[in-house]
Amino acid sequence: MSEIKDRAERSAAKKAAFGSDLDLEAFSRQGGGWEYDPDFQQFAPEERSHLLKAGIELTDLEHAGTFLQADARIIHCRANQEGVEVLPITEAIAQRQELNDLLWRLVPVDADKYTARAELALDNGYFIRALPGVQVAEPVESCLYIKTDRFSQHVHNLVIVEPGASLHVITGCTTHPGVRSGLHIGVSEFYVRRGGSLTFTMIHNWGEDIHVRPRTGVLVEEGGVFISNYVLLRPVKTVQMYPTVTLAGEGAVTRLQSIFIAHPGCELDVGGRVILKAPHSRAEVIARSLSLGGRCVSRGHLVGEVPEVKAHLECRGLILAPRGIIYAIPELEGQAAGVDMSHEAAVGRIAAEEIEYLMARGLDEEEAVSTIVRGFLSVKIEGLPPALEEELDKAIQESGKGL
Amino acid sequence: MDMLTIHDLWVSIDGKEVLKGVNLDIPSGETHILFGKNGSGKSTLIMTLMGFERYRVEQGEIRFRGQDITRLPTFERARLGLGIAFQRPPTIRGVKTGDIFRACSKGRVDYRALAEAYDFTSFLDRELNHGFSGGEIKRSELLQLLAQDPWLVLLDEPESGVDMENLNVVGEIIGKLLQKDRRRDNREKSGLIITHTGFILDYINADKAYILNEGRLCCQGHPRELLKDIKTFGYEECARCRR
Repeated sequence: MSEIKDRAERSAAKKAAFGSDLDLEAFSRQGGGWEYDPDFQQFAPEERSHLLKAGIELTDLEHAGTFLQADARIIHCRANQEGVEVLPITEAIAQRQELNDLLWRLVPVDADKYTARAELALDNGYFIRALPGVQVAEPVESCLYIKTDRFSQHVHNLVIVEPGASLHVITGCTTHPGVRSGLHIGVSEFYVRRGGSLTFTMIHNWGEDIHVRPRTGVLVEEGGVFISNYVLLRPVKTVQMYPTVTLAGEGAVTRLQSIFIAHPGCELDVGGRVILKAPHSRAEVIARSLSLGGRCVSRGHLVGEVPEVKAHLECRGLILAPRGIIYAIPELEGQAAGVDMSHEAAVGRIAAEEIEYLMARGLDEEEAVSTIVRGFLSVKIEGLPPALEEELDKAIQESGKGL
Repeated sequence: MDMLTIHDLWVSIDGKEVLKGVNLDIPSGETHILFGKNGSGKSTLIMTLMGFERYRVEQGEIRFRGQDITRLPTFERARLGLGIAFQRPPTIRGVKTGDIFRACSKGRVDYRALAEAYDFTSFLDRELNHGFSGGEIKRSELLQLLAQDPWLVLLDEPESGVDMENLNVVGEIIGKLLQKDRRRDNREKSGLIITHTGFILDYINADKAYILNEGRLCCQGHPRELLKDIKTFGYEECARCRR
């Protein structure tokens, strides 16, 4: 047995450091036998519109590549632009043994039972690569889709942006409207090589009884840029994720933006850690959380290991329901003289004076609250296709209604 | 028709009586000035007219253009045509100034042209009041009112925190709000303005002024004369004289 498998076996029951513990045996491994669909023909209009809410447009047009996995099956996978590779991870590894060296380097296989499970019972996942110097103007769209009730989906994703290349990946994670419960374990390892740029936008649109355990590690080399946008506006049962970005090369930059809403009965433990290992690296972590009655832990951890680094962390939370909980945990860890790190954290409700101010302009109370909530959630996400931007605006507007 | 009629208005804040039987009439087309030392209840009167929750009407009646608005919520008063420029408006993060201008205009007024005319276009994409200087806040407040186009304009110390350069613009916008370019008998808009310095009198030729002292209107007269008296004798003497 390989060393990796061995470590996974030994961690098969290891609880995660954060978030509620799940019984993995409570979920099913029997996914649907969905067939490959080169033209997206198997999707009815209702399903299409549901997928669009997670940012999935189901078209090869205006996408540099597309990838769709339903349960364990690859439904669609295609690269549409020269210089871009899109493959199922199992196929990519089978073709190129050297890729094995990049797996489990940024996320430890024995981190917890979820990483272990992804190794021991892998379904698939995507491999996306931008070749050196290739500027990929249109986004690569990927979708991880749970289409069978109670299914436990295990994916391992690998993204490589080679030196001087730039790439935008939009990942929509969602369930079929008929799916009530399930588990998604998603291990993602991203390599941004020297002078490369990766924008990764992840939109979660799960069902109310779905548990989600993403495990993400990112390495950014000299002069590289990694931008992450995470959006979760709809109800889900639990999400626990704590991606770690390592800025390993001089002048590497990252920005992690997340907006998330904890609906009643929902438990979110979401955050990000950035380790600044090289001089002149910079990081910005921005989180906006909203509780409509659910519990939300918003973490952020900046580690400055060398002088001449700059990082800022901003956690802001709004509680809009009597039983809502937001727990903001900003952490700054300076390990050298000359680091410049700061944070601001604020949790509260909407100030009455803000509502009254808008009411004095003729907005009724509901309109005033929804305007303030929309503003609160309006973190600008660059480079979104217009249809997706519209969907997001709509979702944000809806989230402010009826408060 | 009277624009505003206040009859025997008693108001408390957090259980403390602040206004104690205020009576006031503002006819259509007239602008009245409210003087008074700090804590006399001037801002309370304006906030009460706008219907803010903290200001509790214990007794009395407020009529606006013939309608009893004493118990109406703030937004309904705004929709009827009451408009206020705040002295210290809140910063609302993430909400664009232009979006609020648009909400004020309700599609009836070209708010972009207004912003353009008063060199405010670059602020429309900025978060509301975030990082604005004193003069910029005032311009924002007054332009929102222009977009709202209210019948009755309530201004709380429009000159405070404004530098000399911006004072002219502020005065000009207030004049426009109150239709001071029209003949007196042709004006429809009214105003109630709190001022300490009286600078605004140079721009609007107000019709009448009052002194509010310890929650009661104790004196009234021509705005410039009253201001002169206050400057000469102080508020204490004005309160005693009970003109």
